[in-house]
Amino acid sequence: MTIKRFSPEELLGLDRFEVDEGNPHIIVDKTICATCKGRACLVACPARCYRLNKEGEVNFEYAGCLECGTCRVLCSDGGVTSWNYPRATFGVTFRCS
Amino acid sequence: MSDDKFDAIVVGAGPAGSACAYTLAKEGRSVLLLERGNSAGAKNVSGGRLYTYALELVEPGLFERAPLQRKIVREQIMLLNDRGATTVDYFDPSFGEEVPQSYSVVRAALDEWFAGEAEAAGAMVAPGVVVDGLIEENGKIVGIRTGEDEMRADVVVAADGVNSLLGQKAGLFPDAKPHAVGVGVKETIELSDDLINARFAVKDGEGAARVAIGCTEGISGGGFLYTNKGSISLGIVFNPEQAGRQTRHIQDIFQDFKMHPAIHALIEGGTSIEYGGHLVPEIGYHGIPKQLAREGFVVVGDAAQFGINTGLIIRGMDLAIVSGLAAAKAIVAAKQPADVGALYRSQLEQLLLIANQQAYQNFHGIFEISRIFKEYPNLANDAMHFLFRVDGKKPKPMLKGILETVKRNVSFGKLLADGWKVYRHI
Repeated sequence: MTIKRFSPEELLGLDRFEVDEGNPHIIVDKTICATCKGRACLVACPARCYRLNKEGEVNFEYAGCLECGTCRVLCSDGGVTSWNYPRATFGVTFRCS
Repeated sequence: MSDDKFDAIVVGAGPAGSACAYTLAKEGRSVLLLERGNSAGAKNVSGGRLYTYALELVEPGLFERAPLQRKIVREQIMLLNDRGATTVDYFDPSFGEEVPQSYSVVRAALDEWFAGEAEAAGAMVAPGVVVDGLIEENGKIVGIRTGEDEMRADVVVAADGVNSLLGQKAGLFPDAKPHAVGVGVKETIELSDDLINARFAVKDGEGAARVAIGCTEGISGGGFLYTNKGSISLGIVFNPEQAGRQTRHIQDIFQDFKMHPAIHALIEGGTSIEYGGHLVPEIGYHGIPKQLAREGFVVVGDAAQFGINTGLIIRGMDLAIVSGLAAAKAIVAAKQPADVGALYRSQLEQLLLIANQQAYQNFHGIFEISRIFKEYPNLANDAMHFLFRVDGKKPKPMLKGILETVKRNVSFGKLLADGWKVYRHI
């Protein structure tokens, strides 16, 4: 792709992922996120894994996770109840970073 | 060693882990180097510059075997505003002489090479292994767990990166705090060497490193650009707390930076080939845990939060390598695992890692001055605009014009206060 403003999908489309279907490495409890005022994850997750759905709830999608730990560090109310690395061979693979 | 026990298990084949495993293996120790990626470097992202002295400490001449990108001979500082940019370009060929001071690096290549060096020296390297936990017996760490398997060693070296889950499991430090890290995003952009050479005024094998301020919407943080062989690394590191308190996504702010005319002109014609995100230890000396070891366990590299950011100099990988070396020397010198902690601390001092961290220990306080990230870069560009503008109308007197330019961006009271704050922190 040539140099242009990328959408979140285009950015993640540059990367190679092996998704561990049905086995999320990060567990998010939406009921906690429902009352969270900060919701810093919505703007600070580099992969935009955290988004608001139509009902205004925080939705978490682990498939494009870059495994950086920003949500783990930033989560203020404990909505990220468990944070681990993906199982071996799964997750992102960087080739030229 | 007995058949089922290593002298050391090193968790994480980044620069810290591989430096440690390489040194231990060369000293004839049995060492197992574990890496959760399918290959070393597969999970790693960094800006990408390595200060060469660290590899020289591990072994003189080692850097000549490493897949380094370009030796950095141009240090650039860019101040951006919406309209334009003011760039300071410091060319210093002496930085490229003899053992060049620093090189741009690509981690997938660098880390895989370094782990390979450790393997060639005799370490057992196992990629694709995620360590789930530690084995503790009688108050000592005696090994690691991965899935159903247990592996034992006299010492476990946690080189598991900025998120060090192992350091936490060992009880050395609590959960990471957002004020102590930066969140980085980066695109790697393929671009021909001819274009890189022409746009950055460098020769083959030589390169530029650039920091940029004024590209973060006022959030504490800054942009970076490194020239590699056939590619450019472009990114921004943000203070995550401040990023989280505003409404624009950091991806969007990063895309603005990429498309800024002063940046776009440098990368035009290139092709984006990868996007990465990563945390970096950000507050230097004060972020280092008080306790870096317990019996049978040490933390090195990002896991120990080693890092220096002066705004101009950004260091992580060199400190990682030095700390990995220090841990290896401590393990070699220790008569029993219980001695490793104290010996590691004294090696960190002998190798001057602690002195380097202390020299800049209060610098991060400067980045609390919010105006550094918006008003001052804007002021610099406003002043340039005034100084270079010719339109045939009657020019303003020089002093009056400059004072007006300053006042438009920052009050004199704040200017003085900020100057004092910078003075106090350096």
